[in-house]
Amino acid sequence: MATSEASTTYKKIQVRRYKPEENPEKNYLNEEKGLWAWLTTVDHKKIGLMYLASIAFFFLVGGILALILRTELWTPARSFLDADLYNQVFTLHGAIMVFFFLVPSVPTVLGNFVLPLQLGAKDVAFPRLNLASFYIYLIGALFTLTAILTGGVDTGWTFYTPYSATTGGNVIMMTLGVFILGFSSILTGVNFIVTIHKLRSPGMTWAKLPLNLWALYATSIIQILATPVLAITLLLLTMERALGIGIFDPALGGDPVLYQHFFWFYSHPAVYIMIVPGFGIISEVVSTFSKKIIFGYWAIALSSLAIAFIGFLVWGHHMFTAGQSSLANLVFSFLTFMVGIPTGIKIFNWVATMYKGSIDMKTPMVYVMIFLFLFMIGGFTGIMVGALSVDIHLHDTYYVVAHFHYVMVGGMVMAFLGGIHYWWPKMFGKMYSELWAKIAAGILFIGFNMTFLPQFIMGSQGMPRRYFNYLEQFQPFHQTSTVGAYLMGTGFLIVAIYLTYSLFKGKKAGPNPWGSRALEWQTASPPPLHNFEHIPVIINGPYDYHKPMSEFQLGVASKHNGHHAEETVDVPESAQEKA
Amino acid sequence: MNRLIEYMLPPAKSTLAGETDALFAFINISSFIFIIGITLTMLYFAWRYRRKSDDDVTPVISHNNILEITWSVIPLILVIIVFSWGYSTYMKKISPPSDAYEVRVVGKSWLWEFHYDNGNVSVNELHVPENRPVKLIMSSDDVIHSFYVPDFRVKMDVLPNRYTSVWFEATEQGESTVYCTEYCGTAHSNMLATVHVHSQEDFEDWLETSGGSGEDLPPVERGEMLVQQNACMTCHSTDGSRLTGPTFQGAWGSDVPLENGETVQFDENYVRESILEPNAKVHQGFQPVMPSYAGTLDDRQIDAIIEYIKTLQ
Repeated sequence: MATSEASTTYKKIQVRRYKPEENPEKNYLNEEKGLWAWLTTVDHKKIGLMYLASIAFFFLVGGILALILRTELWTPARSFLDADLYNQVFTLHGAIMVFFFLVPSVPTVLGNFVLPLQLGAKDVAFPRLNLASFYIYLIGALFTLTAILTGGVDTGWTFYTPYSATTGGNVIMMTLGVFILGFSSILTGVNFIVTIHKLRSPGMTWAKLPLNLWALYATSIIQILATPVLAITLLLLTMERALGIGIFDPALGGDPVLYQHFFWFYSHPAVYIMIVPGFGIISEVVSTFSKKIIFGYWAIALSSLAIAFIGFLVWGHHMFTAGQSSLANLVFSFLTFMVGIPTGIKIFNWVATMYKGSIDMKTPMVYVMIFLFLFMIGGFTGIMVGALSVDIHLHDTYYVVAHFHYVMVGGMVMAFLGGIHYWWPKMFGKMYSELWAKIAAGILFIGFNMTFLPQFIMGSQGMPRRYFNYLEQFQPFHQTSTVGAYLMGTGFLIVAIYLTYSLFKGKKAGPNPWGSRALEWQTASPPPLHNFEHIPVIINGPYDYHKPMSEFQLGVASKHNGHHAEETVDVPESAQEKA
Repeated sequence: MNRLIEYMLPPAKSTLAGETDALFAFINISSFIFIIGITLTMLYFAWRYRRKSDDDVTPVISHNNILEITWSVIPLILVIIVFSWGYSTYMKKISPPSDAYEVRVVGKSWLWEFHYDNGNVSVNELHVPENRPVKLIMSSDDVIHSFYVPDFRVKMDVLPNRYTSVWFEATEQGESTVYCTEYCGTAHSNMLATVHVHSQEDFEDWLETSGGSGEDLPPVERGEMLVQQNACMTCHSTDGSRLTGPTFQGAWGSDVPLENGETVQFDENYVRESILEPNAKVHQGFQPVMPSYAGTLDDRQIDAIIEYIKTLQ
């Protein structure tokens, strides 16, 4: 301890305590008004909200498509769609949910809103770039919607060749949409990494970085490194379709399995783009509502980076039956299990944080519990499909569909909902109805399990995925699943209703309704346009619940204001301080 | 627990199914223990340490090396067991015995063709002997398909540009379903076949007799048999309903509107051309997706099919 302190240089800073204002007159929502101010804003909080609106829209579209699929699957034969339309609908459900909801959701909505606040910064490092990535997202979305309206796409969200090279429909428009969207993802990643490196407020060392930011940092690295590969792959696919250049289509001398390698080289890391930011939210919420220091800070922070890194080396586990060599299968299967370890460590750490805490079962914490339970099932069934011999049986069945949804909906969407409920008072300064929020969480939990548990069973029994018709033996499972899906739909509807209602009639939230020590709660709700009226000074970690609140409300003392008592604190200058 | 796992799996009808199921059960049971354990701990903590007042003071427990190493190493050991177990069964699944009986499999959108060593061809029906290793050498005529028999716990993608193979040894006589598990378009979910497992003698009988493909039958009956054997009815109904392709009912002698606006008479020559070169003249409103039967059906068989279609008025 003594040696590490000796190697750290300290700087003396005059600070004083800034209590967040209870009733700020001006905030980021009312300071600049009008549609034009919104559309051209470079404020990270407003951009976050614009993303929230777009993402909610795509989630609604994707969700309606899911209900259409589940309705069609009520009977084994055709109910009301024909096979081609069904194939288009499942393709769009997957593509929209993955590319327009899951990938961007947490980083662009909650990341954008919270990241500068948690750093004590005025904005992200490149505010204009941030706005640009929002518009790039919209342009990508426009392309995709055009593709849907002009012929549709029936390739599955994976666009596997040679089917995608030969089928009808507007595949080129769709892939271009996803291609453009990729730039939005890359730019957001670059922005976050630079912001975390350069805009931490005085005293915020790497060891005091909130775990949410470690998670976003890991995510941004994946976004920057993996997304270009998807872009190249989709461009090659477009060249093949438009210009007849043989890359993946064997009829033109290409190799279809090469496409799968390229595609999964992005799309496997992409599932970590989706889930790792969720981990960040869970770390924040579990500590706040346990009112206790997080257990294993470094284990959680570094396991995010470990997942990001190992996640790049496991893409071949999507191709165990695709005809790749048995050596490749051996290596990919082994590495897949290795990525499970850091994930498991996180779960243990979160549960250990609750030990001897002071646990307040508010809605965000309820979502944490739901997340932990569902994500564990998603994780353990991942072990199942990572085991080579068993995966040969389960690959491309409903088992995989259920596994994926447990990780993505049970994990990521529940974490996202937890995050939305956690930061909602900060975003709008209003409280939602706690009762309705818990009722909705209960409905979602029941509906979700009802939808996807039966899919594990029918998948194990051999029901393949992407089937328009199915054998009658699977009907009871499909019907249970369909009822569950409608229940989930109801749950989401309730969430939308009480959240919207709270905007108009919600109780005032106050700056720190949860009693959190994290920096974003030490400013007014909603925050002022530039986040803080002072430059925050950090002397404690974000989870130091054993220290008094006053130590978390310090800022650089401004010369002109002599009303408050000033004091001097030592703030480490280098980022190498050991906690 | 065992009953639940048995319920979750289809009947085990091949030599390697049992080994696969054992690992399936092991992962399920150990996961179940972990999930229940962690969930109960979580719920207990939530109740035991519930907030009593806003001034609650919590202890500073930042980490615990022994605990953390324990919960990293135990799962690590478990996953290494699962990995090795899965890999060893997998190696058996991809290493067919050298004396395996070989069948050529061709996947096309949307049917399965099986070619046997005596020149027999069956469509959407795979006939194999019991208690003898069977190796399928597979390729696709168009997009990627995947050959999956849940009862045997085997699956392998069928690719257009190379051969892949899969092997199994059926342990019970009877029938099992074959699914296509790689999405391949409109009739993907109808691309099913049946494995018929016979005793060794029955299998040899089948090889000898059914290869004759009913040459002694009257043409209409033979045609009907061929239409069923070759899975024409996956896409062409005989009762007038619209499937992937146009129906056979009432087709004979009609004028077929083509995509380019012309019409063509539905006669012997049109049927023959449509079987051998299906995408030369495509019926308006349908996709050019039918695979060619050149090399699968000979002229006499096509004659019989023509006779059968004539009867579907």
